[in-house]
Amino acid sequence: MFKILKYSFYDLIRSRWSYVYFLFYLALGFVLLFLNNDVSKAVITLMNVIIVLVPLIGTIFGVMYYYNSREFTELLLAQPLRRTSIFLGQFLGVAGSLALSLVLGLGIPFVIYGLFRSDAIFDFTLLLITGAFLTFIFTALSFNIALSNENKIKGFGYAVLLWLFMAVIYDGLFLMSLIVFEEYPLDTFSLAATMLNPIDLSRTLILLKLDISALLGYTGAVFKDFFGTNKGLVISFVMLMLWTIIPVWRLIRKAKTKDF
Amino acid sequence: MIQIDNLCKRFGKNQVLRNLNLTIEPKGIVAILGPNGSGKTTLIKSILGMVIPNQGTITISGENIRNKWKYLGDIEYLPQIANFPNNLKVRELIRMIKDLHQQPSKEEKLISLFGLEPFLNRKLSTLSGGTKQKVNIVMTFMFDGPLIILDEPTTGLDPAALIQLKQLIQEEKSNGKTILVTSHIMQFVEEVADEIVYLLEGKIYFKGSITELKNLTQQTNVEHAIAAIAS
Repeated sequence: MFKILKYSFYDLIRSRWSYVYFLFYLALGFVLLFLNNDVSKAVITLMNVIIVLVPLIGTIFGVMYYYNSREFTELLLAQPLRRTSIFLGQFLGVAGSLALSLVLGLGIPFVIYGLFRSDAIFDFTLLLITGAFLTFIFTALSFNIALSNENKIKGFGYAVLLWLFMAVIYDGLFLMSLIVFEEYPLDTFSLAATMLNPIDLSRTLILLKLDISALLGYTGAVFKDFFGTNKGLVISFVMLMLWTIIPVWRLIRKAKTKDF
Repeated sequence: MIQIDNLCKRFGKNQVLRNLNLTIEPKGIVAILGPNGSGKTTLIKSILGMVIPNQGTITISGENIRNKWKYLGDIEYLPQIANFPNNLKVRELIRMIKDLHQQPSKEEKLISLFGLEPFLNRKLSTLSGGTKQKVNIVMTFMFDGPLIILDEPTTGLDPAALIQLKQLIQEEKSNGKTILVTSHIMQFVEEVADEIVYLLEGKIYFKGSITELKNLTQQTNVEHAIAAIAS
């Protein structure tokens, strides 16, 4: 598996798109720090960008890489290698290189700016960790979609729809259900609904660490009670783990029975 | 060498292989022929474990290959379409395949045979179709497995390379290897094949030598014999 991982990673690291992605974050980091001059505010702005952009890039890159490397995958399948290692290696190669672009692209300007001397180090680390999680989650989901769809156009369509649903439509439905059922106690419901979408979960996690939860009103207080504690943090990370492990597990199962 | 029993494969509603039985003896060159969509590639991919059969068993050298992967180290496979990771250089790709195989290889000889030295430091995306096919052939023949499977090996090759390929195949045959080959170029088949397996609608329609095929169809030309066999 590590050989495949190495080669996929190497292949991607040298592709133009990895550089574009890396340079984008690098530029974003520098610009935000120069315009804001305040690490905490920069973290909030970054969060808004990352929460939407990371899943989108993870999804698109994942599907694109899978379809582009189809013939290469066939070549690998004819080599004395376990199927599981081929697909797991490719997945980790894509997700790993994307996560690296993110972490390095944002990390470098912040380190130069003097992050280690700032209080925002914890918030910033949390931001990078959730960003990395989102990369792994959405790359795994997109690999699942690509494995299940022979037709590229369909695969792309489903992948974009998945992103749209998780990043936009889910929140809309969530809000609408809050309005429709406003006469009922919704604390548990909204907590559960947040937990079930990795994008919402990451956003809530970061917002609550940033001490701006007062803006969220009563719900904010309920959320702060839950996510603010160590138990809440642990449960949230367990949820993010599950969001990563379940798609990866299905990916392996699907890869074992697929015809090429 | 290869024993296939009662092999069935369906893709959705499309039944590609129907209760196929085939024994391939060690040594010699076997050509698998058949019209487009007759199941040639599916058969080859089943042997390689890339397609998972719905029914039936495939045994190679006495071992059932289901869910196995180590036996692939003994098979050299030339896929139909040569398409490689575009960011790699030829040299890196060859090194990588060697790294994955962990077997002794003889790529230098093959690289000079096909005149690929000037391309070693070029990225694969910049190569022409024929050059890619040459790289593909080098990667197939550089190991010393007892079974070689070639899926349309002549695609895109110029006449000089084609002659070298034929020599290479004969050389491997004289080394006592078993070679499975599919092709639509009948002249090529006639020159190299010891035995012909004709597939039609997922079943073996004919198995025997070229002379037997000509006698059976009462044709003097292989191309016409093949065309006549199904009618």
